Amino acid sequence: MSTPELLTITSSDVGAPYEWSIGIYGSKFFQEIRERQRFVGIRCPQCGKVRVPPRRLCGVCFREMDELVYLPPTGTITAFSIVNYPFIDPATGIERPVPYTYGYIQLDGADNIFSHIINETDENKIKVGMRVRAVFKDVNEMEGNIQDIRYFEIERD
Amino acid sequence: MEKIAIVGTAQTKYERRKKDQTYYDMVYEVTTAALSDAGLTLADIDNVITVSNDFFDGRTISSMAVGEAAGAHDKNISTVEGDGTFGAFYGAMRVWGGYRSTLVVAHSKGSEGNSKFISNAMFDPIYHRPLGLDAISSAALQANAYMTRYGITEEQCALVSVKNHGNAKKNPYAQLPLDLTVDDVMRSPKIADPLKRLDCSPVSDGAAAIIIGNEEIVRKAKSKPVWIKGVAHCAEEYFLGDRDLANPKALRDAAQRAYLMAGIVNPRNEIDVAEIYDAFSYMEPLWLEGLGMCEPGAGGVLTESGATGMHGDLPVNPSGGVLSAHAVLVAGLARLIESSLQVRGEAGSHQIDGVKTALAHGINGACGQSHCVWILGAE
Amino acid sequence: MARRVAIIGTGQTHHRSRRLDVNGREMIHEAVTRALADCELTMRDIDAIVIGNMDHFEAINAVDTWSVEGSGGVMKPIMKVTTGGTTGTSVAIAAYYHVASGMFDRVLAIGWEKNSESDTTGAIVTCSDPIWDRYSYSGAIPSLATEASAYMEKFGATQRDAARVALRERTHAQNNPYAHMHGRPLTLDEILDSPMLAYPIKLGDICPRTDGAAAVVFAAEGVAEKLAPRPAWVKANSVRHTNTWFGDVDQRTGLESLERASREAYAAAGIKNPAEDFDVAELYLPYSYAGLKWIEALGFCPPGGGPQFIWDGHTDMGGKISVNPSGGVMSTNCIGATALLRVAEAAIQVMGKGEARQVPDVKTALATGFGGCWWSDVFILGKDKPA
Repeated sequence: MSTPELLTITSSDVGAPYEWSIGIYGSKFFQEIRERQRFVGIRCPQCGKVRVPPRRLCGVCFREMDELVYLPPTGTITAFSIVNYPFIDPATGIERPVPYTYGYIQLDGADNIFSHIINETDENKIKVGMRVRAVFKDVNEMEGNIQDIRYFEIERD
Repeated sequence: MEKIAIVGTAQTKYERRKKDQTYYDMVYEVTTAALSDAGLTLADIDNVITVSNDFFDGRTISSMAVGEAAGAHDKNISTVEGDGTFGAFYGAMRVWGGYRSTLVVAHSKGSEGNSKFISNAMFDPIYHRPLGLDAISSAALQANAYMTRYGITEEQCALVSVKNHGNAKKNPYAQLPLDLTVDDVMRSPKIADPLKRLDCSPVSDGAAAIIIGNEEIVRKAKSKPVWIKGVAHCAEEYFLGDRDLANPKALRDAAQRAYLMAGIVNPRNEIDVAEIYDAFSYMEPLWLEGLGMCEPGAGGVLTESGATGMHGDLPVNPSGGVLSAHAVLVAGLARLIESSLQVRGEAGSHQIDGVKTALAHGINGACGQSHCVWILGAE
Repeated sequence: MARRVAIIGTGQTHHRSRRLDVNGREMIHEAVTRALADCELTMRDIDAIVIGNMDHFEAINAVDTWSVEGSGGVMKPIMKVTTGGTTGTSVAIAAYYHVASGMFDRVLAIGWEKNSESDTTGAIVTCSDPIWDRYSYSGAIPSLATEASAYMEKFGATQRDAARVALRERTHAQNNPYAHMHGRPLTLDEILDSPMLAYPIKLGDICPRTDGAAAVVFAAEGVAEKLAPRPAWVKANSVRHTNTWFGDVDQRTGLESLERASREAYAAAGIKNPAEDFDVAELYLPYSYAGLKWIEALGFCPPGGGPQFIWDGHTDMGGKISVNPSGGVMSTNCIGATALLRVAEAAIQVMGKGEARQVPDVKTALATGFGGCWWSDVFILGKDKPA
């Protein structure tokens, strides 16, 4: 028997729809953005840490939280990475345009890190420690998801 | 091996859609409720096993969504992807293996994904997936094989649906308590011959948790301990065509080993109540045969006799079973919880009198390819 | 009282980018037959199986039931354990408990991944929270790059320091015929000149995508000694899957999950000075900068001391604590198997089966797993049966 040809079978693009619940705290976060263009975090009564986006539990203390804390849309870059390689975004099935900058931002008043896009892709013009401000979508275009924040831009004097 | 017991249990109400809750919310709810049920605190929990499925959750590493909510921030943790009965077995092995206690928590939201797509993904991508096989169509094949082999009738299967939905009226957690007649079942829309809508379990959202503890934890807990007397699991072949779908041999093997471990010689007489995985009505008699509760082929007659009703000598699924609430992965853990409540005498209006030994059962894979059988006891 | 457990045999495939000649089940079967041969057992002797991989890579739901013809699970107890990148160590730990509990005497642990069958980055992106993190999360590389940039900022470490780690891994792989990068060494300059993927991570700094499988046989005391001349005894295992959201992890501190898991495991195994007490370490380092930073979390050296420790040669073959004689994750990365390979390679070292990659006189070996939301697993093996 001659060596068979080694075949593969491709599934073609498969769409698997999901509809995830956001929960009470998350829903509040998006409401505040739409109504007042500000962020809301939540403080743990036991360790006192403020985390954003708000969530029901402080995982470290295993305590329910309910003290909402309103935060300005500004913060500091703690880490970032300029992404050069293209890949298919599983949420849309479309390739994400590159380069773009994935950033970790400590919002003023929060103890944890908020991740989003920073609109600077020149590695000479972005550094850990720089100040950033959130830029929002037009209110009537907001959909109640994380893209209602378009990106963070670096505050340059 | 030392004696270990289930010392805490909790379930959410099973619903078609829990829109206001995330997995995290549901897991937190049952974690705290199970701790409260046991009279223990998080410090008494040595380790956590979560049970979740990436396809249901729409994310790879589905366990990431809930670790914190299960109190595992600074604890040893692992995740079983499969029915809760298997996850609970791993949790039990970790207690036998040295931990004082394990919290096992399972979650799923059937409402958030497409169940047909998700169950189609169980099938072999090369040969079977493109045919569109899913949980329901494959179950229909098994039902046909079973009914053709032994002459089990659709009416006999309908009796299971009538019984279980009726039992669900006494279970506050159940999603579908219904007053049905055989006629109602027979007239319900045909989904995949011979399965009609009322022969099929619903799509559900829910979560459940149990706490397993060694004797030190049992002494500390306030609950009546439900001792783990026997547990075993077994899988048979994968391709449906390689299997005899009317002969649940993997179940038979698992049941025999569980009985051996528990010292049960005559299960039909010695088991006081059974909570088994009736994802479809035909599965109840088929699994009862595999469990040795009757001869092969006699499952239909056993159901007709009334023996498996609330007042029979082997009540099956007094909780309403999976036909009344089916949060995938959670449903097997729910069977374990319901049997535990029976042993404790805490099953409320669906309590069976004088339960000393209970059986719980869960399945993995299409048409019950893999089974896990538990024997629980009051002593 | 838990029983003592040892690893008595291991098997793995020759790891490659694309194995077109086997489907997933067949690939698993290769690793399984090699593991059984390594301890001279047949499938009849195996009492239970634990298997793991990352679902969305091959898009197969219910892998435990799907795998049975390849894993040997037909008419056997089998379950699936999966925790992302840490899957392999989670599987090893599960197999350990199957035996330690007293329920089973000989248990097979299997990890596998056919990365060529997947859109790896697309699949990894789905590990992030769909509401909060997924829009910006771009997969493993940029996420790791944020850690690297924070570490460089804090301690002044350089791309060259990281490249020295990559050089070690790729050099060690030349002694390991199973490694994906066997036959493909790199020089320091080649690493530094490789394309920048996400600053500061270049192609030479990151792990490959591999098709491969690994299988490990665990056995109970009383059984292990009869089946293996030098069983590798499990001395401790510890896991911290600490966080649910990426933003809760502070990149400016050490890898907290690894600090916690290692402290717990060291205490259980009586390790006081890891760089001295371990003879070899198979560490899950998915990228070069981890080789600088995470050895600090493990207590090999103080915070910021990583680069010097590396340049001093302590982690090379012949050094104080040889790290990744197998070539590590940067030389082979079949994700569901990767962490199990760390355990298998550590066991190979203790059992004295390392051949060209054997470290002399191994008494105690460390294996780690990494993945998920900056999660860590620690597994310690030793030549002597624990007391």
